[in-house]
Amino acid sequence: MALLARGELRSILQTELPNALDTRWDTQATDQPEAHGEGQTVLLDFDAVVKAEAIVEVAHFIRDKFGYDLLSNITAVDYLKQGLIELVYQFYNAADGGPDLRVRVRIGRSPEECIVPSLTPTWPGADLQEREAYDMYGVVFPGHPNLARIYMWDEFKGFPMRKDFPKTGDKYTHVTGE
Amino acid sequence: MLKTEELQINIGPQHPSTHGVFRMLVTVDGETLVDLKPVFGYLHRNHEQLGEVNTYLQNMPFTDRLDYFNSMVNNHAYARAVETLAGVEVPERAQYIRVIMDELSRILNHATAMGFMLGDMGAWQTALLWGMREREKILDMFEYVSGARMMCNYCRFGGVVRDIDDWFITELKKLMQGLPHYFDDFEGLLLNSEILLARARNIGVLPKELALAYSVTGPVLRGSGVAYDIRKAEPYAVYDRFKFKVPVGTVGDVYDRFLVRIAEMRESYKILEQAIEQLPDATGGFINPKVKQQSLKAPAGEAYARVESPKGELGFYLVSDGSGSAYRYKVRAPSFINLSSLADMCKGYTIADVVVILGSIDIVMGEVDR
Repeated sequence: MALLARGELRSILQTELPNALDTRWDTQATDQPEAHGEGQTVLLDFDAVVKAEAIVEVAHFIRDKFGYDLLSNITAVDYLKQGLIELVYQFYNAADGGPDLRVRVRIGRSPEECIVPSLTPTWPGADLQEREAYDMYGVVFPGHPNLARIYMWDEFKGFPMRKDFPKTGDKYTHVTGE
Repeated sequence: MLKTEELQINIGPQHPSTHGVFRMLVTVDGETLVDLKPVFGYLHRNHEQLGEVNTYLQNMPFTDRLDYFNSMVNNHAYARAVETLAGVEVPERAQYIRVIMDELSRILNHATAMGFMLGDMGAWQTALLWGMREREKILDMFEYVSGARMMCNYCRFGGVVRDIDDWFITELKKLMQGLPHYFDDFEGLLLNSEILLARARNIGVLPKELALAYSVTGPVLRGSGVAYDIRKAEPYAVYDRFKFKVPVGTVGDVYDRFLVRIAEMRESYKILEQAIEQLPDATGGFINPKVKQQSLKAPAGEAYARVESPKGELGFYLVSDGSGSAYRYKVRAPSFINLSSLADMCKGYTIADVVVILGSIDIVMGEVDR
């Protein structure tokens, strides 16, 4: 059991679980956010970006091998320009403390691509957070026992936190036009 | 043979024991609870999207409305996230002031939370009144420094909005003289109460492994015997300069959470004593004068900062696109994630216990629904 430094997980995964890493992000040099101008979102690459189907395997790997047993946070971010939804998983080592370990999954925004296996069967703490990501961003988690809307009502259409969700003029507010 | 069948009932959304607009859809077999589904969203105002529309500074008062008992702690966590993102330094005096406010918040939160929980249990009025009495004194202090009792809006990027003065320190010392007396009274009155023991011992047990799997944090996790406190695990502000213990429970029942909170109030008191002792003089300033508060822009990137709020790990995850407002603003609300363990804790106990178990998690719906 040891604490991992920033970026260390990526090199460990390259040797231990080479199939888990998402190879699309190997060559992107976006580790210097200062190089980008205003209004530019950057995809940060110093953490491990893993394939959606490998997230459960990677989560078990870091828990059993390095003691990162506290899944603190699942955040969905909509990168509209890049056409991606990113899920950031933050794990903590409850015994040793220290900073978080971030694991990222990047998926497309269309309904066919926006799918990530659920962590809820092993980490029941992911339950409500995955439901939130589904409700707000439309990420579907196969394996989740009860993937229903959590904040919005069940009949609600669309995913309000997506960047292209209209902020005015929907049928609920009865206001037309932008 | 009498025919029996399970019954589904709703506790809430409008119910005094749910501490806000919160519904529990419970399935019961007689008095015994078989299943529980938490239903929420009644207070949902898409706080996270407001955070993406507001500028960084405009969003500060909105964080007050998350956990409205501890607006000082919310401010601190949010300010820390923006400071990490924009690379802002905080003067030492401001760090100490923030610690003082955080620990006062912890005392008032635990005092009232335990009061409400005992009120749910039927120990009506006295416990809550005593907690409210102490809270009132602390709120007076908050009002003096920030101008508001609950919606403090006190932190700024790189410091706090107003310095504390000698009058504040004198009054704080006076206030603190009464606190140990309150802790002793509160503990003595309740720990010897047979009713409390009967209602709290071995009720709502959450074992250690399960607590970790459920991602719970704060007094609930520590009540289950995991000594995880962010002030120790990843010290922020100036917490590494204070001596204090992390109280833990053994069984993980309602009673342990109760004990952990009482012990935490005493530890907060110790931190307050040390913070007043070590407080640097005003020469270093209480806010970083270089920071442009209104037009603050953060370089593109991301930041996550967390503090040990009285309810658990409160974190803010920010993604910046280089403009004056956050591209993504996410709140890791402790009450929300602690609630995921509720169903498991309640199964097998009676309906009357559910109310107590919910009280022992200490939730605030402003933070759960966002």
